[in-house]
Amino acid sequence: MAENAPLICRDIYKRFDKLEVLKGVSLETRKGDVVSLIGSSGSGKSTFLRCINLLETPTSGDVIVHGDPIRFKTNRKGERVPADTRQVELIRAKLSMVFQSFNLWSHMTVLENIIEAPVHVLGVPKQEAIERAETYLNKVGIYERKDYYPAQMSGGQQQRAAIARALAMEPEVMLFDEPTSALDPELVGEVLRVMQSLAEEGRTMIVVTHEMSFARDVSSQVLFLHQGVIEEQGSPEKVFDHPESERMKQFLAPTF
Amino acid sequence: MLDLKGYGPSLLNGAVVTVELAFLSLLVALILGLVGASSKLSSNRVLRAVATGYTTLIRGVPDLVMMLLFYYGGQVAVNSLSDALYDAYGVDFFFQFDPFISGVVTIGLIFGAYMTETFRGAFLAVDSGQIEAANAYGFTPWHTFRRIMLPQMLRHALPGVGNNWQVLLKTTALVSIIGLTDMVRVAEQAAKAERSPFLFFIPVALVYLLLTAGSELFIKWLDKRANAGVVKGD
Repeated sequence: MAENAPLICRDIYKRFDKLEVLKGVSLETRKGDVVSLIGSSGSGKSTFLRCINLLETPTSGDVIVHGDPIRFKTNRKGERVPADTRQVELIRAKLSMVFQSFNLWSHMTVLENIIEAPVHVLGVPKQEAIERAETYLNKVGIYERKDYYPAQMSGGQQQRAAIARALAMEPEVMLFDEPTSALDPELVGEVLRVMQSLAEEGRTMIVVTHEMSFARDVSSQVLFLHQGVIEEQGSPEKVFDHPESERMKQFLAPTF
Repeated sequence: MLDLKGYGPSLLNGAVVTVELAFLSLLVALILGLVGASSKLSSNRVLRAVATGYTTLIRGVPDLVMMLLFYYGGQVAVNSLSDALYDAYGVDFFFQFDPFISGVVTIGLIFGAYMTETFRGAFLAVDSGQIEAANAYGFTPWHTFRRIMLPQMLRHALPGVGNNWQVLLKTTALVSIIGLTDMVRVAEQAAKAERSPFLFFIPVALVYLLLTAGSELFIKWLDKRANAGVVKGD
């Protein structure tokens, strides 16, 4: 069972110098799960997401992607680092990330952005990668912008292009790091609609978000983080309608 | 055409030498600049120290002094090295430092230091999110450097590189001091012999002006290409 789980995180700790940001966070996903990570700023939710694809190295704890645990070693300075950078590259190729500030490569057109990693990391033939890219551009609704440069598009269009870039990797799990936080309010909807359609297709997604209605309506699992610890966890109904922890009740209070 | 009292052809040859010298030095400077900037930004303390020593030393000593030091000092150093090699191992090795090679090495080294600073600034100007996205998609470090860092860095580096190139081009005139028959040296000799400085130095000045003005146009064109996808004022 567990071997088939797309992603398991066990007891993740992360410390920056003296500051302990994560204090034992665990997560187990099934295929098709949509996990929302919620919590106030500084709760560690983005750091947790970045530990999953090793943009940050967890101080301790395991990350297991499709039954493949990431191997670590201790370097000369006594820091924990990945033992095998090739393994990390392979695992990252299975976990596409969508960033808050899009991070599309600004010197490439939208189409070039989308085919770059499939062609050069996965080794997909270029023609096939272009066909794939066009399919996903249609899906996110910006096919006609494929030859634009990122700076020539609105934030919502850039984020949808970034989602197409993530999809083109045909990943095991998609990681979203506050995908709508940098957008003007009127552009948030178009991105959330794309994400909702992905969830309905049964894609496994982990979403750090401040959009409570998205977390409530779309996710299968909600994790509420507070000061590096999971304070509340479960189905949206349980977390939003019957929260047990005081923190969660306080967190929800201002939204009502 | 332009006979210039019979000196026309040799002036033209001198101009060719100037251009060859400038381009070869530029090549050396660009390579040293990339290596220097990468070293200065590397996490390796030794590399950082060597690169910092290099730029501090080179930028603090006058070009002319450096050139004399390399030309005269370089030959002495090579001579004693070959003597030592012959005495110790019986290896017969000799290398003649000619003014052209000295010029390329010296100008390349000097402008390599300036390029190092230009490239270092340009690397730092690349948005860290661009690199992070490359990491997150499983790029190898070399792939990230080649496909993301380098093209984005060049965009920031071009104005500085263009400026360095123009100064480099003019610095080649110094090589006439160590006896290279570039166009400045030919003009100097001709002007002395014919007692007509204007006749020889004005064409030389015009050739330099032509070269720098031409490069300016070329750099503008490059800049436009490198900045595809950038919305000004954004």
